[in-house]
Amino acid sequence: MTGRSRVTVVEPGLLALVQDLGRTGYAHLGVGRSGAADPVAMRLANRMLGNDESAPVVEVTNGGLVLTVDGPCLIAVTGAPLSVTVGARRRWTHEVIAVGAGEQVALGTPRQGLRSFLAVRGGFDVPPVLGSCSTDLLSGIGPAPLTAGTVLDVGLATDPRPTTDLVVAPPPPMPDEDVRLPVRIGPRDDWFEPEALRMLFRSRFEVTPDSDRIGVRLDGPSMPRRIRSELTSEGVVEGSLQAPPGGRLTVFGPDHPVTGGYPVIAVVRARALPMVAQLRPGQGVRFHRG
Amino acid sequence: MPPVVRTCGDTGLLLELGDNRRVHAFAVAVRSAGLTGVVDIVPALDTLLVVVDPRLGATATVEARLREIEVSDAAVESSRVVEIPVRYDGADLAWIARNVRMSEREVVAAHTGTPWRVGFCGFAPGFAYLIDGDPRLDVPRRAEARVDVPAGAVALAGRFSAVYPRRSPGGWQLLGHTDATMWDTDAVQPSLLLPGDEVRFVEVAG
Repeated sequence: MTGRSRVTVVEPGLLALVQDLGRTGYAHLGVGRSGAADPVAMRLANRMLGNDESAPVVEVTNGGLVLTVDGPCLIAVTGAPLSVTVGARRRWTHEVIAVGAGEQVALGTPRQGLRSFLAVRGGFDVPPVLGSCSTDLLSGIGPAPLTAGTVLDVGLATDPRPTTDLVVAPPPPMPDEDVRLPVRIGPRDDWFEPEALRMLFRSRFEVTPDSDRIGVRLDGPSMPRRIRSELTSEGVVEGSLQAPPGGRLTVFGPDHPVTGGYPVIAVVRARALPMVAQLRPGQGVRFHRG
Repeated sequence: MPPVVRTCGDTGLLLELGDNRRVHAFAVAVRSAGLTGVVDIVPALDTLLVVVDPRLGATATVEARLREIEVSDAAVESSRVVEIPVRYDGADLAWIARNVRMSEREVVAAHTGTPWRVGFCGFAPGFAYLIDGDPRLDVPRRAEARVDVPAGAVALAGRFSAVYPRRSPGGWQLLGHTDATMWDTDAVQPSLLLPGDEVRFVEVAG
């Protein structure tokens, strides 16, 4: 199974994007990191197939991706759990799945979590743009979102195939479960009234349907400001909780703008960013120090 | 005086530097220090964000090293000068002139007469916020943003000037346009303007 195959998209579903670990070194020119929203799941999919863990994969939002392959290959899907129908066989996420030449692969719809990651042994062979194959939806850099008819080349596998063909991964929370996200306070918590932090830690927020890779928007109380002057724009990191006056909190995602003009009250800890990527619209969120 | 360092989660160190020239001097110093784990250095108007990938290096170690960095006044000078040819035929030129109580020719003279500097980039790839221009050129944004501003549009908002690197929506007041390529993703250096650059607008005949 070392021949070069090609994958053709039949249906992209809601949104299917090529992603790797993102592009660094261009934020000072207005191009952010981007990259897989759930890099833990993305790396796992690559490791299951013996790929370099940074190999490009397809990030699928809410399932629905259908594709065909023109040669035999091995795939693995991680992240939000869903059915993986290969020809007439019904398989699942977190398995190494052999796909025969001409077979169709159809992803179901996840009932928990939002984003799944489809990797192929050898990786998707996509020309990098500014050092990365990731699609940045904010800056418009990287490959276009997949559409029906998009053809992706499969790279040549060089490393040995792992002996494991099944892994166990903790599933994302059910949609009716509140997700508890650890944050570190700051950098601009002093721009808010002291009760803002109490509100942040005691309130339940709800993910709104306009959330995307740029940011997860949250319905909930707005954070009362102590300093009312306008913040001059400053650099922001993924996971920043930006609080516009009287507006909804936004958790910045992988395609966030490189600078933001509203104070950031707290930042989601790096280890919890994969949980942010799996939040579904309507899901409850609570923040805690940790 | 060492800068105040604010922590942004596990990955960001935000340096408060108070002055844009110091921001760029620090950016140069941090870049040349080659600190392990630093993946991005993001200048803004008066702050510098240093982004660390915790898988590559410890944020606490980077923070300690940042506190040791000193920048001399001599380093606080921009090095490159970029000239941008402009046809001053923008849709908002007459409005701008009325708003700042100058003639259109005086607006053009003010825009070309004082060198600008790239304060920082953002909004879109290669979109440089230009500062330190003629202070009389201070206009509000448009009440309603345009859906479609062409690439190369030269514009004003507040005390900033900028050139739209590509076609996009935009709320700035349009002064004119340039044929210069502001952004080329395939180029080794994709952005014509880099943070800290001095920028001079030169009028060309329409």
